[in-house]
Amino acid sequence: MGNDNSTEMTIHLKIWKQDGPGKKGEFISHEAKGLSSEMSFLEMLDVVNEDLVRLNQRPIEFDHDCREGICGTCSMVINGEAHGPDKEITTCQLHMRKFKDGDTITVEPFRAKAFPIIRDLVVDRSSFDRVIESGGYVSVNTGGAQDANSLPINKPDSDLAFEAATCIGCGACVASCKNASASLFVSAKLAHLSFLPQGKIEQDARTLAMVRQMDTEGFGACTNTEACEAACPKGISVENISRMNRQFLKASIKER
Amino acid sequence: MGIFGFIKSSIGQKYVVATTGLLFALFVLSHVLGNFLIFVGPEAYNMYSYKLISNPFIIVAEIGLVVLFVVHLAVAIKLTASNMVARPDKYALQAKGKKKTDPVTKAMWIQGAVIFIFMVSHLITFKYGTYYTAEYDGLVVRDLYKLMVEVFASPLFVVGYVLCMVMLGLHLSHGIQSALKTFGFNHPQYEAKVRTVGLGVALIVSLGFIAQPVYIFFFQ
Ligand code: FES
Repeated sequence: MGNDNSTEMTIHLKIWKQDGPGKKGEFISHEAKGLSSEMSFLEMLDVVNEDLVRLNQRPIEFDHDCREGICGTCSMVINGEAHGPDKEITTCQLHMRKFKDGDTITVEPFRAKAFPIIRDLVVDRSSFDRVIESGGYVSVNTGGAQDANSLPINKPDSDLAFEAATCIGCGACVASCKNASASLFVSAKLAHLSFLPQGKIEQDARTLAMVRQMDTEGFGACTNTEACEAACPKGISVENISRMNRQFLKASIKER
Repeated sequence: MGIFGFIKSSIGQKYVVATTGLLFALFVLSHVLGNFLIFVGPEAYNMYSYKLISNPFIIVAEIGLVVLFVVHLAVAIKLTASNMVARPDKYALQAKGKKKTDPVTKAMWIQGAVIFIFMVSHLITFKYGTYYTAEYDGLVVRDLYKLMVEVFASPLFVVGYVLCMVMLGLHLSHGIQSALKTFGFNHPQYEAKVRTVGLGVALIVSLGFIAQPVYIFFFQ
């Protein structure tokens, strides 16, 4: 895979190791040698795990799936930053060339009460699933598909809906917020449905249900520090949070 | 549920903190503007204070302020506590680069605590402080100006006061724009204006309040 720019690197890792939920975790140190600067961060962890297996130690568990920035599973905090130092990418899109040979890198899991640690860097994000289940859908009649152009949508609204829909549900917003608030995630999910005619019908009920589920799951409240927007691999705007607040107030006033 | 559920929700509590905070910001703004009479002279300042406290509605305003203050404090403490519970384990490192959070926005509760202590001591020193009198055209009024000159003769007091006003300025610089965003004013049309208003009010209030004891200390 190497190319002309590739250089060999040694990295001192401090990785969070925790045997199971509720267990006491700790940072272990590992020196990763013979890395290529062109490796992705996850490939570097693969190499580390091969080393650990060779040393007869348990590999470090971490979540990953697509490895191309679309599934949102590769959750970890690198040197205090969710998905690492670069903006608008996921951990799997981060390359070792962003670091210097000989650097020490601290890797820890997303930390939030609503994201309990399963093992090492793997956290349980099913709280997000429950928020979606509570209202993140549209109800449509069965039958033949409608003609695509029978539902006119203006371009600005469709763009805003699309921007919000780029949320991959990775949880970096929760991980980076000092309050572990899920406001950016929930507001993005609300916006992507509410801007479209199919989603307008259930907008009020959806807003009420999803915001209440968010509170039930134990996420914190938003204090507009905007750390979430900076950490979001998709660059989703905090404007969505203000929109959610307005819509939640309106839906609460109208609720019967 | 409905509107009562709203008040209990995290977003509803944010609205309460934002509303009470904004009203309090308006109060400190009017307070600093009124206090600029210090630069006009003792009579202008004392007569202004006399007109304010001899107004029968002042008690309504005072009760209103106390209620605002208590509600702002109580709900903010409750939210801060649940926000801390939401992140029980801290990170080993804090973001330093592009994803760093403005430390001012993270320390709202610390600034709030300082402002609370300041407010209590401020009321003890001035509102309930020594009652000097002055006479203007046969009218006997409280000589607050004299008390102020006496208090701000102490460099320690001036420094403490200035530091507290810096804290207030920081609190307002995030608080005002955050409150407006909580209300929903985050939109390309408003974003820049919301920031400007927040920073502008914070600067006027903190620099205005800082100028007063400094002026008294050096020139009176
Ligand atoms: S593994 Fe899918 S986004 Fe990183």
